[in-house]
Amino acid sequence: MIINHPLLGPRDAAEFVYLGDASLINRPDGLTADASGDFYEYLYLRDNPAGLHKELWYHEQGDRSWLVVTRNTLTHEITEVELARDVAKAQGRDK
Amino acid sequence: MRYSALKIIKEGLTGNKGWTPAWREPEPRSQYDVVIVGGGGHGLATAYYLAKVHGVTNVAVLEKGWLGSGNIGRNTTIIRSNYMLPGNQPFYELSLKLWEGLEQDFNYNAMISQRGILNLCHSDPQRDAYARRGNAMLMSGADAVLLDADGVRKLCPEMDFDNARFPIKGGLWQKRGGTVRHDAVAWGYARGADERGVDIIQNCEVTGMQINNGVCTGVETSRGRINAKKVAVCVAGSSGRVMSLAGMRLPIESHVLQAFVSEGLKPTIPGVVTFGAGHFYISQSDKGGLVFGGDIDGYNTYAQRGNLPTVEDVCEGGMALMPNIGRARLLRSWGGVMDMSMDGSPFIDKTDTKGLYFNGGWCYGGFKATPASGWCYAHLLATDTPHETATQMRLDRFQNGRMIDEKGMGAQPNLH
Repeated sequence: MIINHPLLGPRDAAEFVYLGDASLINRPDGLTADASGDFYEYLYLRDNPAGLHKELWYHEQGDRSWLVVTRNTLTHEITEVELARDVAKAQGRDK
Repeated sequence: MRYSALKIIKEGLTGNKGWTPAWREPEPRSQYDVVIVGGGGHGLATAYYLAKVHGVTNVAVLEKGWLGSGNIGRNTTIIRSNYMLPGNQPFYELSLKLWEGLEQDFNYNAMISQRGILNLCHSDPQRDAYARRGNAMLMSGADAVLLDADGVRKLCPEMDFDNARFPIKGGLWQKRGGTVRHDAVAWGYARGADERGVDIIQNCEVTGMQINNGVCTGVETSRGRINAKKVAVCVAGSSGRVMSLAGMRLPIESHVLQAFVSEGLKPTIPGVVTFGAGHFYISQSDKGGLVFGGDIDGYNTYAQRGNLPTVEDVCEGGMALMPNIGRARLLRSWGGVMDMSMDGSPFIDKTDTKGLYFNGGWCYGGFKATPASGWCYAHLLATDTPHETATQMRLDRFQNGRMIDEKGMGAQPNLH
């Protein structure tokens, strides 16, 4: 698989480390009343879709950026690659 | 029809005209006591033990494709019980005991060959870890022998013992481990279940679950609606897809594991050998082909194929361990999709929906578990209590902190 890095251009997926579903960006607030339930869902439960999947890849053997890659889990086709930082900022986070 | 050597001779002399199909092809009825979703090894074993042990015969097994078209025909056929944790080891030992009597039990030749499994160690700490594991195995009633380098040399002399980086210091040897002809397992269980009245329905895809007020009353399928008192999902690899029909999210990601077969060679690998410094395992089939594999590819996928970097990684592991296989040509490779769970251990449990049961999360260890998985799932379906060897394989174990994390990797499915 080739990942089209937004800054570095097309890179071999072997340069990256895979973490999992991009929802892992949204770490729950640990100080709310049902924090333990939120963290259970955050840490352990997955949508695991067959089809388009937004997922986190870390460019370990490159610029060490975290990317959000949109990839089809049925065909391995990659349709979109964004910097995870940009995705988090677009969701209203400050970093 | 009972198979026997005498029957083969008789049929051979009379033109092989007396053989009948091993199972029927019934039309689905509208109502069953138990509907098993998934006609793979585990689903068929569940149906077989439900009928044979518990006398529950009003059962249908629904299979999307043909029998054995999933992971029961895509694995590397290894059986073993060299686990360590109390939540796992008794279960896998039960499985190995069931394998040992399986062919007589279901009257089918599954070519079970207990040639042993050897886990190599390459450092002193690794040997200590294997001693601990071996003791855990002995305590559960399994067999284990800790070998030194000379002991390994006697078993398998053609490895790179004095490798500068990963010298072979010894290994953990389970003599009762081995390999099985995987398709025959599906066929044997299917035949045994069918004989006892179970309907095996192929080309029947489940497209929806009927759930009303928290009670599952049946399934929608490509061949119409089928009502059931109990719906037992058993589709490891596709668990995410099927359970999403019931609105459930699982502690599971789907990943692909690749496997490889070389051209046929003269006998060189005594049983199953695993490399302790990388992820590589190998055995030799009865036809002489080297059957081997290694790590999963490591990203979510439902495609039954992997990518080349993993192929390279597996072959490098093989070359580091036994350079003599470098000239063997690869005949074929394939990928199977598996449920990678959050702690590397499986689930055999009820769900929060009454009448809906779940069996999955087998990671890449589902094949060896086939008999015990069927045995324990049938026990759960018939009695509504977990079997004594599967009491910890629960869906809520992450919520209450009772993980069965054999490798100690944490909630990172692609590291298990």
